[in-house]
Amino acid sequence: MSINRRQFLGFGGAAVAAATLAPGLRLIELAQARSPEEAVTSLHRWGLLIDASKCADGCTSCVDACHEENGVTSHNRPATDAQWIRKVTLKDKQTGHVQTLPLMCLHCEHPPCVDVCPTGASFKRADGIVLVDKHICIGCRYCMMACPYKARSFVHEVTTGQKAHAPRGKGTVESCTLCVHKVDRGDGSTACADACKQEGHQAILFGDLKDPGSEISKRLASQPSTQLRADLKLNTGVRYQGI
Amino acid sequence: MKQFTVALLVGLLTASAAFAAEPKKPARVPVPTILINQDKGEQCVEPTEVMRRDHMKFILHQRDKTMHQGVRTTKHSLKNCVDCHADAKTESVLGKDGFCESCHAYAAVKLDCFECHSALRETANVTVPSSSTVRALNVSQQKTGESAGSTGSRQAKGKKP
Repeated sequence: MSINRRQFLGFGGAAVAAATLAPGLRLIELAQARSPEEAVTSLHRWGLLIDASKCADGCTSCVDACHEENGVTSHNRPATDAQWIRKVTLKDKQTGHVQTLPLMCLHCEHPPCVDVCPTGASFKRADGIVLVDKHICIGCRYCMMACPYKARSFVHEVTTGQKAHAPRGKGTVESCTLCVHKVDRGDGSTACADACKQEGHQAILFGDLKDPGSEISKRLASQPSTQLRADLKLNTGVRYQGI
Repeated sequence: MKQFTVALLVGLLTASAAFAAEPKKPARVPVPTILINQDKGEQCVEPTEVMRRDHMKFILHQRDKTMHQGVRTTKHSLKNCVDCHADAKTESVLGKDGFCESCHAYAAVKLDCFECHSALRETANVTVPSSSTVRALNVSQQKTGESAGSTGSRQAKGKKP
């Protein structure tokens, strides 16, 4: 098929129009908050930036706040209690330098937990949040084995006192939801980030990785940061500094 | 042989007469009394007849949209059901007289939602309706005697204190 001159000019005009209009349209979409009936889109990608150098040794306010926010209760059985976020202590054996950092689901772009899930219960939302659909989770725990960060927990016992925004049930796997109920409400923060800010450490920053104007994007662009196990090429949504 | 047949027939007739003379079979399970919170208005999110038959379809549809697409409209959400239909005293849709459990127990349908979801009204500051604004609504349009009886017992129970 040959293209005549008129068609060629037509295509060219359309391309120019798209290039001029598209960035503007995108800005408008980003600027407007999502209404409750709108589906999430890949225009956003939510993530965290955690500065381990600001994370205080012995402080567990992020863990406490997360478990309070999401109704994750303990049965005083540490081996089987669910944990959505935990404090990890790193020690350099050469120098003896010790530091701590919070670790949770890193909301990978290519999540191994989603790859291995036999029912499709483990999934990634369009805005990058990795979740478990507990309605279809069969509790096989493949995702727990696939996750390189040990971010997921299995609910071993009957749960009571769940929060209305965070249903939890025996026999399903769960993990950090990046406070998806707060994200959908437009709070612009997570329970852990709020708690860390309140403690005065400001080690956790929540934001939109795809919005070049967001604080998290600006800091990522101007300061060095790392992904945990970057060799796995999972492109985590949670990035770290100072480790 | 003929005598035997006659004896058998007579025996059968006697037996059936004896059965007929027995008191009536036990009464049916009483129709649950459903309490409607009138503070929230007369009308549910869909016409009552539609809700009775299809509420599970609405919840299922909403469930997938909320979980996977982040659509959080309240019209057909389980949270909205609970917030409106939770019992004034227990703040729950479960329990013997709970809105969900009473009817599901009557219909012998297993109710799985609340193994994971909270059955309690979420907001503590929701105006708790006074007993006068709670209206009893019978599932069967109050045409049978037993449903009227159950309403009566309910009201009597309410008046006790």
